[in-house]
Amino acid sequence: MDNLANTRTRQHGLTAREAGLIACTTCGRLDRAGLVCARCGATLSSRYPDSIQRTLAWLAAGIVCFIPANLYPMLITRTLGREEKNTIIGGVIELVNYGSYFVAIVVGVASIVIPVAKFVVIGLLVASIRRAWPLDPHARLHLYEITEFIGRWSMIDVFVVAILVALVQLDFVASVNPGLAAVSFALSVIFTMLAAQSLDPRLIWDSIEEGPSDE
Amino acid sequence: MVAAIDPSRLIACPMCDLLHSARSAQDGERIRCARCRTVLESSRPKAIDRTLASAATNVILIIGALFFPFIKLEGAGSRQNATLVDALSAFGGGLTAPLVLVVAAFIVIIPLMRAGALCYTLWPLRFGRRPYRHAARAFRFANSLKPWSMAEIFIIGVVVALVKVAGMAEVSLGPAFWMLVAMVAVLVLENHNFCRWTIWRILGQDSTV
Repeated sequence: MDNLANTRTRQHGLTAREAGLIACTTCGRLDRAGLVCARCGATLSSRYPDSIQRTLAWLAAGIVCFIPANLYPMLITRTLGREEKNTIIGGVIELVNYGSYFVAIVVGVASIVIPVAKFVVIGLLVASIRRAWPLDPHARLHLYEITEFIGRWSMIDVFVVAILVALVQLDFVASVNPGLAAVSFALSVIFTMLAAQSLDPRLIWDSIEEGPSDE
Repeated sequence: MVAAIDPSRLIACPMCDLLHSARSAQDGERIRCARCRTVLESSRPKAIDRTLASAATNVILIIGALFFPFIKLEGAGSRQNATLVDALSAFGGGLTAPLVLVVAAFIVIIPLMRAGALCYTLWPLRFGRRPYRHAARAFRFANSLKPWSMAEIFIIGVVVALVKVAGMAEVSLGPAFWMLVAMVAVLVLENHNFCRWTIWRILGQDSTV
């Protein structure tokens, strides 16, 4: 256990749990006991129940869905008997070939960099809480907030596919259909968003005070 | 020591659980957690008025965005005006159905439910009346829907899609697209004027909520 980090955070005083109180994360009310918040009706818990386990479960589901999302086509285009299948990476490469570098970067970051970074960051946060790694809690909270904020933006490519499908359905020369990847990618984004929401940020601070937790 | 603590005069940081004595933020002030710097309370004059106004605006804009022309498509000798309703109901079989469901939920259904729930919660408070039944539940629901409302991401998606079909057809954007853009702008303002802790405090003054 890192004593230096310990004494530094100690200077700040008492947490709600140490004071025997439960803080409602929905409305901010404090209570001594109870299952449901008396003000807003949200379920009360000092720390989310099974936070780590739920986070890992959603994360695993997100990673599993990310595999077919990259192997199967996102978009299937048929033009006069010719069939073209585009994967996520294929779509980015096509944009580069068209010379739309900026759009290619936007799509590439949203559909490849952000999801992979999210898997790594959530995994890292969970490991650091479980093993009480003496990492700066401020930096970890920052990573957590960025992850929670940025995860939704991965949905761009799913929307692009939906718009193209709808657009081209109005025309009759070509037919465009979503591939399996469109749905599994959407699920992957939803699952990783749920993983981030299941992680209780208060555990980050607990781990530096109490050492490894087995939760 | 524990016995001396009065919970109603304290707030806990939602991010790190540290206790602070509760006080209202003064003009323009932001009270931050002493340990993790998370904003605990910010002074938001007329938070209820402004949040209610933007929620009502959003309801109107979403409904408008559904029925006004969203995209005009010219190419291969044909000319089409498509609304979002057309686009959402044009789905065929296979994987298109779940995809359309996801998109409709994220850009129409969830934003509409969220704005509706906010109006329901805030309308009576605006006139100093008692909150409606289940107002706390409605407000909780509105807050939990927030990350799932994705109009701003959809707009970027539209722009990317337009770049992709640029060679194939002449595409121009209709008023519905600009209504969605306006909705995103209103949401940004709403975020700025919104302090949920303040609204919870006002809601909580009535014990029958």
